[in-house]
Amino acid sequence: MLSISNLHVSVGDKPILKGLTLDVPAGEVHAVMGPNGAGKSTLGYALSGRPGYEATEGSVEWNGADLLDLDPAERAAKGVFLSFQYPIEIPGVPALTFVRTALNAQRRARGEEEVSAPEFLKLVKAASKALKMDFDMLKRPLNVGFSGGEKKRMEILQMALLEPSLLILDETDSGLDIDALRIVADGVNALRSPERSMLVITHYQRLLDYIKPDRVHVLAAGRIVASGGPELALQLEAEGYDKYLPAAA
Amino acid sequence: MSALFDIDLADASTFPSRRTEAWKYSDLKRYLREAPQPSPTAAIGAPGPFYDLGGEAIVFANGRAVGVTDFIASGDQTLRLRYISDAVGTGHSAGARVAARAGARLLLLETHEGAGSAYVAHNTLELDVAAGAEVTRIVLVEEPEDALSIAQAQVKVEAGGVFRQTVIATGARLQRVETRVDHHARGAHVQADGLYLLNGARQADLTSVVRHLDRDGTTSQLIKGVARDAARGVFQGKIVVERGADGTDARMGHHALIASERAEIDAKPELIIYADDVQCAHGNTVGALDESALFYMQQRGVPADEARALLTQAFLIEVVDRIEHEGAREVVREWLTARL
Repeated sequence: MLSISNLHVSVGDKPILKGLTLDVPAGEVHAVMGPNGAGKSTLGYALSGRPGYEATEGSVEWNGADLLDLDPAERAAKGVFLSFQYPIEIPGVPALTFVRTALNAQRRARGEEEVSAPEFLKLVKAASKALKMDFDMLKRPLNVGFSGGEKKRMEILQMALLEPSLLILDETDSGLDIDALRIVADGVNALRSPERSMLVITHYQRLLDYIKPDRVHVLAAGRIVASGGPELALQLEAEGYDKYLPAAA
Repeated sequence: MSALFDIDLADASTFPSRRTEAWKYSDLKRYLREAPQPSPTAAIGAPGPFYDLGGEAIVFANGRAVGVTDFIASGDQTLRLRYISDAVGTGHSAGARVAARAGARLLLLETHEGAGSAYVAHNTLELDVAAGAEVTRIVLVEEPEDALSIAQAQVKVEAGGVFRQTVIATGARLQRVETRVDHHARGAHVQADGLYLLNGARQADLTSVVRHLDRDGTTSQLIKGVARDAARGVFQGKIVVERGADGTDARMGHHALIASERAEIDAKPELIIYADDVQCAHGNTVGALDESALFYMQQRGVPADEARALLTQAFLIEVVDRIEHEGAREVVREWLTARL
C-alpha cells in the first residue's frame, strides 16, 4: 500500500506539490492525470527521491517504510521504480552491465544473493524476447542512439528484471507510435499482480486504453482535486482540464 | 645527465619554476628549493603490474640500474621498463635508452612504482623508432601522494614508423609525465594518449609536444581525466607542424571531469602550424558528472558511490579501449577498475 499524505514538495524555492494526498492499495493501478505544470513529473521525482525535489511537509509510506527518509537507491531496493518520460543515455556503460549492476545492488541491499552472470543472461534473454527486443542492442551503451520506442522498451525490460513492487510510469506514452505503445503496454500489463501497485502519470487518456486503471485522479496545481473510476479519464478527454483550473487557482 | 633533459637533481638551479611557460602549472621549485640528498639503495619487491606479460626487463631501483639500461628491439618483443622508487625524503634519477630497429614491433611497458614518501624522482627515456618499426608504449604511474616525480621521454619517430603511447597517471604531490616527439612523418603515425584519475590533493601533469618535421604524418591524441576532492589535473598538449610538413593530419582531444568543487583542471592545447596544406583539430572540454545519469542509476538501485565509479570508468575507458595490444589493454583495464 502506497500512502501519500499532505505532501508538499518544492523545487528550489518554488512550491510545486501543495498538500497531495493519495492512497494506492497493493495490486491496484491508479492513474494520475493533469494539465501541464500541475506537478505530475514532480510527483514521480519526489516519490523516487530525485535531488532538488525537497519534501517540506507530509509523508510517503510504502509498505511500512517512510520513503522520504531513504535515498534513491534505497527506495529502489524497497521496490520503487520510476519509468522515465525521457530515459537517460549513459555512454560507455553497456545496457547489460547496467541492469546486472542494478539488480545485484538491489539484491545486496535486501540481503539476497547476487545473480550469477550465466543466470542473468538467461533471465535477460527471456525478457528481451518477450518484448521483441534485439538482444545485441543490450550490448550497446544504455539508451545511446536508441529510438524513443527502444528506450521505452528498455525501461520495460528493466522493470521485468528488477521486479519492482511500486511502479511509477511517467508519461510512458510520449514519443511512442501505436505499435510501440501496444508493446510497452503489454509489457506493463504483464507485470500486473496482486502484490504490485502502479501509478500511471499521464496527460492524455490514450495510454489508459491500453493500461486500464482501477482509479483515476486529477492533479491540478499541486493537489488531487478529483478522483473517480476509469470513466473519469474519458470525461477529461472529452471536456479537458479547464473546469479544474479555476477551482485550483 | 643527458643533454636532452635539462633537469639535474643535484643542481637546484636547474629546477624549473612557473616562470618557465612550459612549467607554469607544475612549479617544481615551489616544492623543491634545494637539491635533495641522494636516495639510498632499495630492494625490488613486487614483480610489477605487467609481469604476466613477460618479455625482457630494464629495472631501476632508486635510480640505480639493476642490469642493463639500454635495449635494442628487433622482431617482435616486449620490454618492461620499471622505475622503482622506495625512499623517504631523498632524490634519485634514472635514464634508459631504447631503440626499435626497422621492422621491429616493440611493446614497451613502462611503470613508475613508488613506495615510501616525499621522495623526488626524475626518470628519463630516450626512444628511437626506426623506419617501419612499431612501438606501443604504456606508461603506468603510481606513487605516494607526497612524492615529487618527473618522467621525461624524448622520442624520435623516423619516416614510416608507428609510435603509440598511453599514459595512465594517478598523481602525486607533483607528478609530470612529459613526452616530446620528433615526428619524421612520411607515413609515420603517432598516437599520444593518456588518462589521469586523481584523488585527494594529488596533481598530475600530462605534457606532450609532437613536432611534425616532414610531410604526410598523422598524429592522434586523446587525453581524458578525472579530478576528485582537491586534486588538480594538468594537460599541456602541443602539436607543431613545421614548414614543409604539408599533408599533416593531427587531432588532439582533451576531456576532463571535475568531480568536486575544490578540484581543478588546467588545460593548454596548442596547435602551431607553419605549413599550408594540413588538417589539424583540437577539442577541449571540462565538465562534471552528469547528474541526471547519476540519479537514473540510483533510481534503479545502484548506490551513489557505485554509480559515480561506473560513470567515471565509462568516461575514462575510451582511452583504454584505444590500446591495441589486448594483453596490455586488459592489465590496464583491471588496474584502473581497481582504483575507481
